[in-house]
Amino acid sequence: MPVSADDALEVALIVNGTPVRVAGDPTRPLLAVLREELGLVGSRFGCGLEQCGACMVLIDGTPEFSCSREIGNLAGRTVTTIEGLGGGRGLHLLQQALLDEQAGQCGYCLSGIMVSGAALLARTTRPSRQDILAALDRHLCRCGVHNRVVRAVQRAGAAMESAAAEETGA
Amino acid sequence: MIPNTLPQSLVDNPLLSDWVGFEQDGKVRVSTGKVEIGQGILTALVQIAAEELEVSPGRIRAVSGETSAGPNEGVTAGSTSVAMSGAAIRLACAEVRALVLAHGAERLGVPAESLVIEDGRLRRGGRDTGLDYWSLAAQIDLDRPATGSASTKSPTQYRVVGTSLPRIDLPAKIEGRGFIHDIVAPDLLHARVVHRPWQGARLVSLDEAAVRRATGLPVDIRREGDFVAITGDREFAVQRAALAARDKAAWEGGTPLPDDTNSPGWVLAQPSRSRVVDTGTPPAREAGEVVAATYWRPFQTYGSIGPSCGLAALSDGHLTVWSHTQNPYALRDQIARCLGLAADAVTVLHRQAAGCYGHNTADDAAFDAAFLATRWPGRTVRVLFTREDEFLAAPMGAAMVIGLSAELDADRRPARWTIDIASPVHSNRPGSHGHHGFRSREALPDPPPQPAVRNDNPDAAGGGATRNGHALYDLPFHRMIHHTVDPIPLRTSSLRGLGAFGNIFAIESFMDELAEAAGQDAVAYRLSLLSDPRARAVIEAAAAMCGWPGAGPPGEGRGLGLGFGRYKNRAAYMAVAAEVEVDEAVRLVKIWGAADCGLVITPDGALNQLEGGIIQAASWTLKEELRFAEGKVATSTWEDYPILRFSEIPEIELRLVGDRHNPPLGVGEAAMGPTAAAIGNAVARALGTRIRSLPLSRERIMAALLA
Repeated sequence: MPVSADDALEVALIVNGTPVRVAGDPTRPLLAVLREELGLVGSRFGCGLEQCGACMVLIDGTPEFSCSREIGNLAGRTVTTIEGLGGGRGLHLLQQALLDEQAGQCGYCLSGIMVSGAALLARTTRPSRQDILAALDRHLCRCGVHNRVVRAVQRAGAAMESAAAEETGA
Repeated sequence: MIPNTLPQSLVDNPLLSDWVGFEQDGKVRVSTGKVEIGQGILTALVQIAAEELEVSPGRIRAVSGETSAGPNEGVTAGSTSVAMSGAAIRLACAEVRALVLAHGAERLGVPAESLVIEDGRLRRGGRDTGLDYWSLAAQIDLDRPATGSASTKSPTQYRVVGTSLPRIDLPAKIEGRGFIHDIVAPDLLHARVVHRPWQGARLVSLDEAAVRRATGLPVDIRREGDFVAITGDREFAVQRAALAARDKAAWEGGTPLPDDTNSPGWVLAQPSRSRVVDTGTPPAREAGEVVAATYWRPFQTYGSIGPSCGLAALSDGHLTVWSHTQNPYALRDQIARCLGLAADAVTVLHRQAAGCYGHNTADDAAFDAAFLATRWPGRTVRVLFTREDEFLAAPMGAAMVIGLSAELDADRRPARWTIDIASPVHSNRPGSHGHHGFRSREALPDPPPQPAVRNDNPDAAGGGATRNGHALYDLPFHRMIHHTVDPIPLRTSSLRGLGAFGNIFAIESFMDELAEAAGQDAVAYRLSLLSDPRARAVIEAAAAMCGWPGAGPPGEGRGLGLGFGRYKNRAAYMAVAAEVEVDEAVRLVKIWGAADCGLVITPDGALNQLEGGIIQAASWTLKEELRFAEGKVATSTWEDYPILRFSEIPEIELRLVGDRHNPPLGVGEAAMGPTAAAIGNAVARALGTRIRSLPLSRERIMAALLA
C-alpha cells in the first residue's frame, strides 16, 4: 500500500480483513480510497450525495455510504466491501442467492444492495418482506429488480440457516 | 412460422465470418452488433446461437458492439434485438452447422443426414467420429456470404431456446466487476466536463482560482470556446473541482428556459409542423355524443443509477474509444466527423455500464473523452458525468400533449376517433437526421453545421411521438393529427417506449372514459371493440388474474384499473392491471401483467424485463418530472427527482400467454404504457375523479381531492 512520508496524513484501517495504511488528503472520500488507491472497484459511484446507495460498504458491520465518508475519520475502523463480503471463502450466500433468483438487470446497484442485505441477514435470517424493503430503502434501483432482490435475501437467509444447522450437526 | 428470408442484418453484414468463428480453446465466437444495456440481450443471443450450432451455451463467447470486429446492426433500441440480431444469428449459425456437416460427411464418405452434432462434435450412429467444429473449421472458408438456404430448427425441436439460461453477465456483476467504470489504465487521466446550463450559453467567466482551491490537488482546467473540462491524475480532486466549477462559472446569452417549460402551455406555444393521417371511412352522417379529453406527459429523464462514462486514447494517429453507447458505428462515424478524422482512424469498443433506458449521456461522455484524448495524446482519458450534469445535460424524454375525441354511434361505439399529439422529437441520436448529437461539440469552437429542422422518427419505423398513437381497437374512422414541436431549445430524445408511454396512457385512460360514458364495464367495452385474438387474450388473462372488476364502489380510496397495448402495434402484446389505495398519495397494492411475446427465447429474462418495465413505468407515472428554474433544468439530485423506492414496490404477478410457434416479439418496452394506464385508471376509480396529467403526484392528488 502507498505510504506517505507525512505520517500526520496516514490512516491505518482494516479493509476486507487486511490491515492497510493510506496516506494523503484526510478529507478524500472512502469511496475514492477504495477505488483509486486500493483497487477495490466493486463499490460504485452513483451520486456522491448519499442518495442512491451504490457506494454502500460496511463500517464496523454497519452499512454506510462510502461516497462522502472522509478517510481521515476512519482510523482503526473495519471496512467491508462487496469484494470482501464472502469473508475470503468464496461468494457470500446472498451473492449466490442473487444468482439463483437472477436478481439483476444492469447490476450497477447490486454491490451496495448486497452490502445492506448482508447486514440485515447478520441480524436475522428470517426477515419479512417489510423488513427487507425497509433495510434496502436507501438504495435506488432503476431497472426494477426489487422483488427479485427481496426473494434473494429470503433465500439467502434460509441458506444461512441450513449452513448453520450443518455446522452444528457436524 | 418464423420466416426464413434473409434478415436486414445479414444483408448488411453478409459474411458468415462476420457472425461466427471457431477459436483455439474450444470456444465459439458469436458476434453481434447489438449491445448489453442491462436488458440481457447477450444471453438470449447466445441461446439462439447454441441452439442452431448444437453447442453448449458455455462454449460461446459473445463479442458485442466492436467496430473493429463485429457486424454493424445500427442502434440497440426499440425492442428489436431478438428479432433483428437473433434472426441473423439463427440463420448464420444454421448455415455454418450445415457447411460443417457437409464437409464432415465428405471426409468420412457418409451421407450428411447420418451425422449429428452434439456440443460441437460430429457423431454418427451414437459414436464420435473424431471430427468437430474446431478440426473442420480450418478447412471451411467462412468468409462467404450467407445464403439463408440452410434450414433452421423448428421451435418444437428447441432445447436451449425457450429455457431460462442464467444471465451470462451476472456472475461478474454480483462480484462487483464488469463495468466500463472499472477500466484501469496506467496512464489514466480523469476528466469532468462542465456542461453549459442551457443551449447557446456563452462562458463569461470562470473563477479558476476558486476551482483549484476546492481540490487541494493539482488539476488542469481546459477552456476552448464555451467548453470547459477539468483533468487530473486523482479522480476525487477532479470531481471536486468540477462541482466547484458549476458554481464558479458565469454564463450569458443563448436560450435560457422559462420556469414553466415543463407544462402543456409552454409546449403548445412553441413552433410546430403539423400533419394529418386519416385511416378508414368517415361516418356518412354526423354521429351523436362527442367525448373528448386531453392528457399530459411531462419532460422526464432516464435516470440511470450510474453516471455515464467514456474513455479514449489517441495513439499513433488512431483513436480508440470505450463507450456504453447504444450504437457503436454511429458513434464512431460522428466522432470522426466532429474531430476531423477518417472513420477508419476511430475504433469504438462497447463496454457495459448501468442500465440504459433510452438515449442517455453515453455518447456525450464518449465524445468528451475522444476530444480530450486529442488534447492529451498518449493518455487514456476517462470522463465521468457528475450526477448533477446527468440531470442537467442529458437528453430528456419528450413531453406530450395528447388530445383524444370520439363521436359515438347509437351503440356508444366510436364512429369517428381523433388523436391530436403535440410533442417534440423523440429521437436525437448521433447520426440521426444528420445531427452529430454531441452536447459538447456545440460548445467547442466551429461546430459543424446542423440541419435547421429536426424530424421525428417516421411512422414506418415505429414513429416517435406517434408511436402507439394509433389505437389498436376496431375503429371505422381514425384521424391522427401530429404536431412536431420544433425547433425548441431543448434536447429531447428517446426514453424507453418513446411516444408509446404517453399515447397508451392517454388512449387507455380514454377507453375507460368511453366505457363510463357508455355505462359499460371497462374490460367488456374494450373487448367489444377488439377483434385481434392475441390482444383479447392478454386482456382476458390480466382481468382473470386480478379478479376483475374487484369489489367496492368507486370513489372510496381503493381501485382496480387495467391498461392494454401492443408495443409499436407490432411487438409484444401486454395487459396490465393495478390495484391502488389513495389517500393523499397513491400506494400500489399489487400489479398483474399478461404478455404475448410470441416465441420467448429466455422466459425468465422476458419476465425480468416486463417486471422491470412495470416498476419503472410506475415510477414515471407516480413521481417523475423535470423542473426548470434560472434558465435551466433545476433538477440536480435524486432528492429533486424521486423515483420509486423499495418500500413503495408492490408485489407483481406476471404470465406469459403467447404461442412459441409465433415469431419472437420484442418485450423490453411492452410494459410502459399499459402500466401507466392501469395505474391511472385505478386511481380514477379510487378517487371517483380522473387526473389526466402525469405524474399522479401527491400535489395533483390533493388538488383533485380539494376540487
